[in-house]
Amino acid sequence: MRTSMTRRAFLKGSLAAAGLTIGVSVTPFGHRLLNASEIDSFSPNVWFKITPDNKVAIFIGNSEMGQGVLTALSMIIADELEADWKQVRVIQGGAKEEFKSPILKVQITVGSASVRGFYEPLRKAGAAGRAMLIKAAAETWKVPENECKALLGTVKHEKSNRTLTYGQLCLKAAKLQVPENPPLKNENEFRYMGKPMPRVDVPEKVSGKAVYGLDVTVKDLHYAVIARPPAYGAKPLSFDQKAAEQVKGVEKIVQIPQGIAVCAKSIDAALNGRNVLKVNWDKGALPEMDNSSIEKSLMEDLNKPMVSVVNTGDAKKVISEANKKIEATYFVPYVAHATMEPMNCTAYVRDDQCDVWAPTQSQTVAQMVASQVSGLPPAKINIHTTFLGCGLGRRARPDFVAEAVGISKAIGKPVKVFWTREEDIKYDAFRAPASHRIEAGLDTQGQLIGWSHKVVSPSILKDIAPAAIKGGIDFYCLWGLADAPGSPMWNNRIQYEIPNLFIEFLISSLPAPVAPWRSVQNGPNAFVIECFIDELAHAAGKDPLEFRLQNLKNNMRARRVLETVAEKAGWGKPIPKGEGRGIAQHACFGSYVAQVAEISVNKKDGTIKVHRIVAAVDCGPVVNPDPLVAQIEGGVINSLGTALKEEVKFANGGVKSANFDDYNVMRMSEVPEIQVHIVKSSEKIGGIGEVGVPPAAPAVANAFFNATGVRVRRIPLSPKTVMEALKKA
Amino acid sequence: MISLHVNGKVYQVDVSNDTPLLWVLRDYLNLKGTKYSCGIGECGSCTVHVDGKAVRSCAISVGEVQRKKITTIEGLPENHPVKKAWIKEQVVQCGYCQPGVIMQVAALLSQRPALDADQIITKMDDVICRCGTYPRIKRGIKTAIQMTKKEVKKS
Repeated sequence: MRTSMTRRAFLKGSLAAAGLTIGVSVTPFGHRLLNASEIDSFSPNVWFKITPDNKVAIFIGNSEMGQGVLTALSMIIADELEADWKQVRVIQGGAKEEFKSPILKVQITVGSASVRGFYEPLRKAGAAGRAMLIKAAAETWKVPENECKALLGTVKHEKSNRTLTYGQLCLKAAKLQVPENPPLKNENEFRYMGKPMPRVDVPEKVSGKAVYGLDVTVKDLHYAVIARPPAYGAKPLSFDQKAAEQVKGVEKIVQIPQGIAVCAKSIDAALNGRNVLKVNWDKGALPEMDNSSIEKSLMEDLNKPMVSVVNTGDAKKVISEANKKIEATYFVPYVAHATMEPMNCTAYVRDDQCDVWAPTQSQTVAQMVASQVSGLPPAKINIHTTFLGCGLGRRARPDFVAEAVGISKAIGKPVKVFWTREEDIKYDAFRAPASHRIEAGLDTQGQLIGWSHKVVSPSILKDIAPAAIKGGIDFYCLWGLADAPGSPMWNNRIQYEIPNLFIEFLISSLPAPVAPWRSVQNGPNAFVIECFIDELAHAAGKDPLEFRLQNLKNNMRARRVLETVAEKAGWGKPIPKGEGRGIAQHACFGSYVAQVAEISVNKKDGTIKVHRIVAAVDCGPVVNPDPLVAQIEGGVINSLGTALKEEVKFANGGVKSANFDDYNVMRMSEVPEIQVHIVKSSEKIGGIGEVGVPPAAPAVANAFFNATGVRVRRIPLSPKTVMEALKKA
Repeated sequence: MISLHVNGKVYQVDVSNDTPLLWVLRDYLNLKGTKYSCGIGECGSCTVHVDGKAVRSCAISVGEVQRKKITTIEGLPENHPVKKAWIKEQVVQCGYCQPGVIMQVAALLSQRPALDADQIITKMDDVICRCGTYPRIKRGIKTAIQMTKKEVKKS
């Protein structure tokens, strides 16, 4: 069902093949539909192609990392095109300027932006094709267009009982003018959208035939592993090049900015070579850095002068005069991506061009970096997107691409850079840690009247888009708290109706690199906001659900997911002794999610057992409901990992965590029953890949308070943290 | 020379005895369905069958498996109940860990006396899926058991 194609073959095939080709081009004026004759000037970002053999090829530029993007985007096109799913072939496209996200303006698969970005343009593209095929049939039969109907890859004229297939019509249709505003289907006419369609990538993944980055083979492939510094900023003092060169299969040792690369004809030989390199490293930039110094630094920074992000009303004054004043300090640690497929990339640099085979979330970024490192213009860089062995945001970072291109250039051979699991964790760019201090005031009715919030976090944009840091504000660190001016992540602010709101921010100078991690800082920020709201509810003497609704009076979408999840979870009904129930909601990527967690706490060893998570989701129209539920399940499980287990350990100025034996992620027996309820909604379409993450961790922490009466203001709620908190109480 | 019996074929490979089976399967025999993820037997992505039992191919050397019957994901028939159940239940997301998960479930499913779904599920804590397909893996196991029972009835 799904096949790969090189960029070259893709372009050649698309341009040369006879048939009807429709693309969607992002221009400064928005989306424009074009036909094949115009392709030279406007290459499209997502295409379909109908050929006389009655096949429909759909080209997708987004990266498939399990979220089902190849299927969902193809469903949108096929539905409006009224194609027969059986005739559809989905093809992974390469890097093209015009494949870029309508929301993010680069070719990138992040920000839960694929379906919500492409939904409208792809519906139009499909509908235009359908209109043209109908017109072609009507002209053939010399009957009025409105007497003809598209049906499953054919056009029918019922009066005369005649039928032509799309294959028979495509050449004629290709010569017609592309309509600017083709009629779209009504929702009740959808054939695929809204129904659970099997994902096109599942069969080859089950058979073991799916090709991930690590599985790419090319002729004369060399494998490279890199000896990397054990501490941030550490430089090599000496290493035993000869010993490594003498290992069987080792071909070359190359010093690169990232470390010392051992190149060999096989992975095992490269690893054996690296084992005997015996590199002496200096102590690095901050040899004393460990977890306690990190936490201390972030906490101390809360007392420094900050930059004002939001200042509505007079929060300080209102809080100081409030009937009740509540203050709390929260902390969230570094968390690793730890995707199952470790970082890797294959590259082959020649004099006049460069091929890159990468499990990348951003073809544009990979192409830019490969161009910089190789010295070749971007047009000479061919990006081949493989399947991604999970993404979580890690694979939008191009470090592995730079390494493969750099080493290939140095040795003049095709090179696969391979990261071991230990490297994948130690040299990750983590989810950013943060410290938060919040004060809030309640009036005599228990209504929230003022909120003053300080946040300290290392900058996420520093490595991605430093120019986007304005006036000391990195909005990526503030997602879920405050909207950035002009941000494509609309409505990504604190949802509660707070008349006096003051948010301040400071960039921490901690050296460990940070990056987006599924939902970016919506995860950590929702943990803080939703736990603190719970504290306020308790201080006001109100039920946590009631308090939330009371402060979300006009926020109908947030109210609806809260009310739905409360009803489905039986909120308010008695629960067994020793168990706790917690609730949380969050809005991000244009969607609203609320969750209820039911847990029990073992007070003897500090372990928390999560029994059930109930989720309610409002993401507007639903394209493919089954993968949607799977995305919420996965998001919840990632979030439970951060709530209960995940924290990167540091020592001696570097990362101490190394593998799955000391960086603990969720396992089968720890995963609760997860129920997902999709709220029927005709709102604007929202994202889904990341929105399951934010509410789960605070729902669990609030359930912990409900079970024990003890508030823990940091994650993970590890047995050690839990025992310490219970002892203190 | 090491002699390996993989998926019904015999291969001669020029590697040292202590080379991990994983690298030989992947890079010498080009059986890329078996995945590397942790290299220390902690995650299960590299699981294959050695004489019918689930084994971590990253943590066993080729020297240890000579003359033994090795089966990889490519050697598990496409109509195997676990593969069929995995498609029916749409278990996979990124899919990277799934060949290992499927091989582990298939080995547990073939144990005699037969294990029930809950018994199999309790033996799945040593495989990691970072996408969070665990609820679907549970469903897949239940469906695979039902499919196996149906097949037994038919025959």
